[in-house]
Amino acid sequence: MFSWSKKSFVRRASTAAASLSFALLCGSPATAQTITAVMESGLRVLDPIVTTAYMSRNHGYMIYDTLLATDSDYKVQPQMVDNWQVSDDGKTYTFSLREGLRWHDGAPVTSEDCIASISRWAEQDKMGQMLMTLVASMKATTDKSFEIVLNEPTDLVLKALAKPSGTAPFMMPKRIASTPSTQPIKEHIGSGPFKFVADQFQPGLKVVYEKNEDYQPRAEPASGTAGGKVVHVERVEWVTMPDQMTTVNAFLSNEIDYIQQVPYDLLPMFEGNTDVKIEVLDKLGGQPLYRLNHLHPPFNNKTLRQAAMYAVRAEDVLQALVGNPEYYQVCPSLFGCGTPYESSAGAEMIVSSDLDKAKQLLKEGQYDGTPVVILHPTDALTLAAHPVVIAQALRKAGFNVDLQSMDWQTVVTRRASQQPASEGGWSIFSTTAVVADLLDPVRAFTASANGKQAWFGWPDVPAIEELRNKIARTTDPDELKKLAEEVQGLVIEEGVTIPLGQLYIPTAYHANLTGVLEAPVPLFWNIKKAGK
Amino acid sequence: MSTLPTTLISDAMPPEPSTPSLFDELKRTLRSVPILTAVLALLLIVIVALIAQWLGTSDPIAINPGNRLKSASIDHWMGTDAFGRDIYSRVLYGARVSLIAGLGAAAVSISVGLVIGVLAGYFRGFDAIIMRVMDGLMAIPGILLAIALVSLSGASLFTVLIAITIPEIPRVVRLVRSVILSVRNEPYVEAAISLGTPVPVILWRHLVPNTVAPLIVQGTYIFASAIITEAILSFLGVGLPAEIPSWGNIMAEGRMYFQMRPGLILYPGILLSLTVLSVNVLGDAMRDALDPRMARKL
Amino acid sequence: MLSFIARRLFATLPIMAVVAMVVFAILRMTPGDPAAIIAGDTATAEQLELIRQSMGLDQPIYMQFLIWVQQLLQGDLGVSLLSGVPVAEMVAHRMGPSLALTAATIVLSVVIAIPLGVVAAWQQGKLLDRGVMALSVLGFSLPVFVTGYLLILVFAIEMKWFPVQGYKSLSAGWWEFAKSLVLPTLALSTIYIALIARITRTSIIEVMGEDFIRTARAKGLKERMVLLRHALRNAAVPIITIIGVGIGLLIGGVVVTESVFNFPGLGRLVVEAVLARDYPVIQGLILLFSFIYIVINLVVDVMYTVFDPRIRY
Repeated sequence: MFSWSKKSFVRRASTAAASLSFALLCGSPATAQTITAVMESGLRVLDPIVTTAYMSRNHGYMIYDTLLATDSDYKVQPQMVDNWQVSDDGKTYTFSLREGLRWHDGAPVTSEDCIASISRWAEQDKMGQMLMTLVASMKATTDKSFEIVLNEPTDLVLKALAKPSGTAPFMMPKRIASTPSTQPIKEHIGSGPFKFVADQFQPGLKVVYEKNEDYQPRAEPASGTAGGKVVHVERVEWVTMPDQMTTVNAFLSNEIDYIQQVPYDLLPMFEGNTDVKIEVLDKLGGQPLYRLNHLHPPFNNKTLRQAAMYAVRAEDVLQALVGNPEYYQVCPSLFGCGTPYESSAGAEMIVSSDLDKAKQLLKEGQYDGTPVVILHPTDALTLAAHPVVIAQALRKAGFNVDLQSMDWQTVVTRRASQQPASEGGWSIFSTTAVVADLLDPVRAFTASANGKQAWFGWPDVPAIEELRNKIARTTDPDELKKLAEEVQGLVIEEGVTIPLGQLYIPTAYHANLTGVLEAPVPLFWNIKKAGK
Repeated sequence: MSTLPTTLISDAMPPEPSTPSLFDELKRTLRSVPILTAVLALLLIVIVALIAQWLGTSDPIAINPGNRLKSASIDHWMGTDAFGRDIYSRVLYGARVSLIAGLGAAAVSISVGLVIGVLAGYFRGFDAIIMRVMDGLMAIPGILLAIALVSLSGASLFTVLIAITIPEIPRVVRLVRSVILSVRNEPYVEAAISLGTPVPVILWRHLVPNTVAPLIVQGTYIFASAIITEAILSFLGVGLPAEIPSWGNIMAEGRMYFQMRPGLILYPGILLSLTVLSVNVLGDAMRDALDPRMARKL
Repeated sequence: MLSFIARRLFATLPIMAVVAMVVFAILRMTPGDPAAIIAGDTATAEQLELIRQSMGLDQPIYMQFLIWVQQLLQGDLGVSLLSGVPVAEMVAHRMGPSLALTAATIVLSVVIAIPLGVVAAWQQGKLLDRGVMALSVLGFSLPVFVTGYLLILVFAIEMKWFPVQGYKSLSAGWWEFAKSLVLPTLALSTIYIALIARITRTSIIEVMGEDFIRTARAKGLKERMVLLRHALRNAAVPIITIIGVGIGLLIGGVVVTESVFNFPGLGRLVVEAVLARDYPVIQGLILLFSFIYIVINLVVDVMYTVFDPRIRY
C-alpha cells in the first residue's frame, strides 16, 4: 500500500519539475488550417451515450458516424448503411454496411460492432428503450450485414436509428461499446470524419479534432445530418470562453472564427459589419418550458396548476430570454413550431396572461397559501431568466412565491428530489429544451406522463401514455396527426409541461468561411476556409 | 509631603501645554475641506439609502420584459436593465444592501480578527496553533465556501455576508499579530509587565492601541472589498438572490451590456467609488487624529 | 532559525490533513451531484443511481475519504469525475498561466506601490499625497471585471496594442507571452497597488514619528536617506504582511481576471470544478492551495526577522 521508495520520490520530484517547465511552455501554436470555434458550453463528458448533454452529442458528430441519418426534409437516409431490405411481413429489417468503412485505428467496421453499439445506445435512450420492447432479436448475418427482427411491423427502427439528437445512435468498436452504458467510455475511437486528438484535449478549455484522411464520404451532398461529410480543413478547435463579452470582442479581432451561440443582446455589435455572417443554422431552435411538481401541494391540484398557467404570459419569458422578436416565436406547441406535429390545443392557457381567470381558479382550488418554490439557477446565463418572469406572474395572480437562487448543480440535485418543497423539493423548475428532440409525442420526453418514471415533475396521466403507445404502433400519417393533437391537448390541460414558444439561436462566423450547414446540430464538415 | 499651599506651587510651575481632548482633535480634523466633503458625501449616500422609497423610486424588483435595456428617459432616469427593471430604483435600494454588506463585513471581521490576533501575538502557546488554523482557513477558496453556504442555507444577505466575512478574518489576524509581535518587546511593555499590570490591561492599554491605525486602514479596505466581493460572487453566479438589488449584482448582471449600455455598470460603479473614496478619506483622518504616534508637521 | 523553519514545515502535514478533511466534509455535505452533470438533463433517477455507483459516489462518506487518502499516499491525485483526465495533469497544464499572471502582478505592484507609498508619506498632507491616495483608492473601488473590460476596450479594441484575450505560453515566443500578460496583469495590479501603497504610506508615517528618526535628522542625514535607510526598514513588517496576505487575495482575484481574459488557469479551474462538483479536482486543488499558503506565510514570517530584529521566534 505504501510505496514511498526513494526511486518513486525522485521520479515524482522530477515529474513535478518537468510539469512546472511544461506548464510554462504548455500550448502549441496551430499552423495547420484551423477553424477555431467557441461553442455553447464546454465539453465535459466525452461519452455521447452515457450523457444527454448537447455538447457531448456535438462531439459525437465529429468523431463518430451513424447507420442512418435524417436529412433537412426530415426523411430517413442511409449513412453508414448502403441499403436496407424489409421483409414482406414488415418484421425483419436487413441492413448492409458500405464498403471501406474503417475505425480510426485502422480496423474495419463490422456488423458485430454495430449491434453492440445499438444495444448500448438503446439502454440509455428513451426511443431506443421503446424500440427494444418491439425487437425480438438482432443478429449479424455476415461481416457487413445484420438483421433486426421485430415482434410487430413498425418503422420505428428506421426513425430511431436515424435520430439526430438527444442521444444519437453513434457507432463504436465492439470492445468500446461493451462498456456498461452507465460508465463513461475511456477510448475515443470512431469512424467519423474527424479524429479526436487526445493528447491535446484540455477539459474545460479546448478540444482538438483533426481531419480523418481515411474517411469515405458518401457521394450525395450534405443535408441535415445526412449526405456526404466532406472535410475541407485540417483542424477544428473548440475553445471555451467563460466571458461572453470577451468572446464577441475576440471574434471581432479575428482571434476566433465561429461563435455557435451569439448572445442576443450583443448582436447589435455586429451590425453593418460585412465581414461577419449571422445565421440561424438550427431552424428548429429551442423551446423554453417549465414543469410543475405533481407530487406535492400546491400543484398536485389540477385547478391550481391551471391557475398558474393562466397567470404566466409566454411572450414575457421570451422577451426576457431573447429580447429581439426576430429570434423568437410565440407558439404553444409541445412539438415545435413549423414542425409536422405542431398543434395549438390549449393555447389560451399558455399564450396570454389572464389574471382574472387565474385568481378565480385560485379561489376555486382553495389555495391555502402554500409557498410555491421556484428553482432559480444563477450561474447558467441562458436559464436564469424564466424563473424571474414566472415568479412575478404568479405573485400577481396571488400565489405565495419563494424564488430560491442557487447554482445549477444545486438546482439539478434539488430537481431530482421527490420530497415536498419544504424538505428540499420544489414546485416549479424551468429550462430550455432542444426542439429537435421534441418533434413527435414518442420522442418528446416532455410528453411522458408515467408517474415516477417520467421526467421531473412526475405527472401521472395514464391516458397520455396510452396515446403514446398507440402512436408508436401507428403508421398512417393522418391518424398520427390526430393522435398528436390529442396528446398536446391532454398535456396542456393537465399541466404536464408548459411550452412557452420557440427561440432561434444565431451563429456568427467570418465571411471567409463558406459552406456552413443548416442542421439541428452544429456540423463542421463541408466548411471551407479561405486563407489561414 | 509638602506643606506649601498647593496654589502657590502651581503658580510657581510653568503652565503645562494642554493635551488636546478627543473632541478638539475631531473638530480640528473636520476643518479640512477634503475631509468635510467626504463626510458629507457619505452622509448623503446613507440618507439616500435610508429614504429611497421617497425619492421617486418604483418597485426595484418589478420586471417588464417588454421594456428592457432602454437608455435614460423621463420615466426611467437611468434606463432599464435586462428585465426591464428601473435602474434608478435598483441603484438607490441597492445602496442599502451594499452599505450593510460593507459595514457588516468590516465590523465583524475586525472585531473577531482583533481578538484572535492579539491572542496569537501575545501568547506564544496559542500562536502556533492559531496561525496554522488561519493558514488552513485561507487555503479554502472563498468561492467554495460561498457555494457551500449558499446551497446549504439558501442565498440570502446573511449567508453572503458570512461568506464574505470569513475569508477576511485570517488576514486581519495576521496583521494584528504582526503588530503585536513587533511591539511586545518594547521597553514600556516590559515595564508594565514587571510592574505586575494584569494581562488584560497590558493588552488593552499598551498593545491594542498600536493596532488601531493599521486596523482602520484595513477596515476601510475590507469595507470596499466586501462590496466588490459580493459583485464577484454575483459575477460567478453565487451571490445575492436575484431579487435583492445591490451595487455589486447590478454591475454583475449588467456586465454583458457594457459596450452598449454602459450605464448598468457606470451608475452603480460611480456611487461605489464615491462611497469607498469617502470611507477611505475619513479613515485616514480618523487614524491621523487618534494615533498618538502620528508626527505632526507644523 | 533553521529549526524554526523545519518545525513549521513539519507542521504542514497535519494542517493539510485537517484542511483536506474539512473541505471533503463541506463538499460532500453540499447538495450537488456530479453524476447529474454526466447524465445530462433528461436522465432518469435510475440512470443517475447507476452512474453514481460506477463512480463510487454511493459509498458512505468516510469510506470515500479513506479511499481518497489511500490513493493520495500512493502519490495519485485521482482523475476528474467528468473528463477522466488525471487531476495532476490538469493542474500541471493550468498552473503556468496562473503562475505567470500572479508573479507578474506581484512584481509590478511592489515595484510601483512601494515608491508611491514612500512619496506619499514624504509629502504627507500635501497635494501629491492626496492625489496618490485618491488614485489608489480608485484602483480598488472598481471590481476587477470592470477594470478588465475598460482595459480591453481601450488597449485591445481601440488601440489594438494587445490581444483581447487568451494566454500564449513561452513556447509561442517571449514577445507573444508578454503581450498576452499585459492587460490582465494591469487589471489585477490596480487592486494590489492600492493596498500596498496605502499600508506603506501609513507605516512610514508612523515610523517617521519615532524618536530615532528625529535623531537621524538631528545627525544631519538627508531626508532621502532617513526615508529609505531608516524608515522603510522599520515600516517593513506590516508591508510584508500585506504583500503576503495580498497573494492570498490575488489567487481570488485571479478567478475573475482569468474569466474575463480567458486565461486557462487554476482560478477558473477551481470555479468550474466547484460548480460542477468535480470532487477529485477540487480536493487536489485544495491540497495544492493550502500548501502554497503555508509556504508563503512561512516565507513572510521569516522575512519579518530579516527586517525587524525585535521579532524572535
